[in-house]
Amino acid sequence: MAEALVLLDFSLSPFGVRVRIALAEKGIKYEYKEEDLKDKSSLLLQMNPVHKQIPVLIHNGKPICESFIIVQYIDEVWKDKSPLLPSDPYRQAQARFWADFVDKKVVNCGRRIWLVKGEEKEAAKELIECLKMLEGELGDKPYFGGESFGFVDVALVPFYSWFYTYETCANFSIEAECPKLVAWAKRCMEKESVSNSLPDPHKIYDYVLQVRKRIGID
Amino acid sequence: MATSDVKLIGSWASPFVIRAMIALKIKSISYEFLQETFGSKSKLLLQSNPIHKKIPVLIHAEKPICESLIIVQYIDEVWTSGPTILPSDPYDRAIARFWAAYIDDKWFPSVIGLARGQLEGEAKEAAIEQMSVGFVLLEEAFVKCSEGKGYFGGEKIGYLDIALGCFLGWIRVTEKMIGMKVIDEAKTPCLVGWAERFCADSAVKEVMPEIEKLEEFAKLLQAMYRAPPK
Repeated sequence: MAEALVLLDFSLSPFGVRVRIALAEKGIKYEYKEEDLKDKSSLLLQMNPVHKQIPVLIHNGKPICESFIIVQYIDEVWKDKSPLLPSDPYRQAQARFWADFVDKKVVNCGRRIWLVKGEEKEAAKELIECLKMLEGELGDKPYFGGESFGFVDVALVPFYSWFYTYETCANFSIEAECPKLVAWAKRCMEKESVSNSLPDPHKIYDYVLQVRKRIGID
Repeated sequence: MATSDVKLIGSWASPFVIRAMIALKIKSISYEFLQETFGSKSKLLLQSNPIHKKIPVLIHAEKPICESLIIVQYIDEVWTSGPTILPSDPYDRAIARFWAAYIDDKWFPSVIGLARGQLEGEAKEAAIEQMSVGFVLLEEAFVKCSEGKGYFGGEKIGYLDIALGCFLGWIRVTEKMIGMKVIDEAKTPCLVGWAERFCADSAVKEVMPEIEKLEEFAKLLQAMYRAPPK
């Protein structure tokens, strides 16, 4: 059955990377459309009028917005291959909780490191605290999903390509403080779905420098 | 299942706790309600939710589940014999989740400042505007989701009804505080009817706090949050 699938995205967006990883895990073919965030397409504005943001997955003409919602949708529709959420309700709740934690804490701290002048040291400290909590949750498991790559792994791994930017902006080493987490990220990178989807960390840093210049931080 | 098997840590006034209470009522689950003392956090709460230290926390067979919308989904998935809360179609589920996320991430922050009495002047006007704009969007969402029926969930209360409806008591209190209606016949006629139906529903009416009690509680909150006079 031919499925019309279009992904509106921005190559460097970690939220877009989540969706790309999920689609790759399931072996799903789709059309990728790169958005210029400074000049958003009319299709994007039509498909996501509330937030006007990427990623947006358009399935048979119907839009799904917000990265976690898209990943859950993909997991539910293409449920026969590489399930991302566990079937057990309690483990599912735990996966949702930690994915939500990534959005509430990791994303927030990360942004403050490069986007807010003067906050990098404080935000870096908080980021390390959050990553340590995640290390606690990971424990000795190969992935947050257990033996197999799952929802929380998809939620967090896109930010691995941002570590270089965080470390350079705030002058600290994530690997020194959170070696287990970096080992986990490298393990994820051995999967094609991940290594093909994560952008080059240096491209991200160059982009960040441009944004900082434009908004007057540098 | 024994009552002691299911516990809910929360507060009668919290809309997020009310979400969990409505979901439990829909599934006819007996549970022990552990009321937190206003202004302090119990040892059980801190143990059960060490990351965020917030209510609600559902404890099921001694395992904690945190975050109100995660709790509602958990309840729906575990107790499958009762009425379903989330839509069965994946696309409808995605839409329900989208609007629930909008309510929590965009709409609620603009409202909380008003309810706490923290905002003055321009900031207050902006929050009122944001709240009203949000309701117009939710009115449109209602028309699409309900497909002519009485609830966002269709024939019966569903996930999105719970996600928004839990705030109705506080919305009424805020409307009285600011002296204007945000759910009104002119701009959001469908939501007016929906709000009445929702509050009258058997799963809701016993757990929705009385407006007078909330107004009293609001005064406590405002005393706690209001900036000192200049």
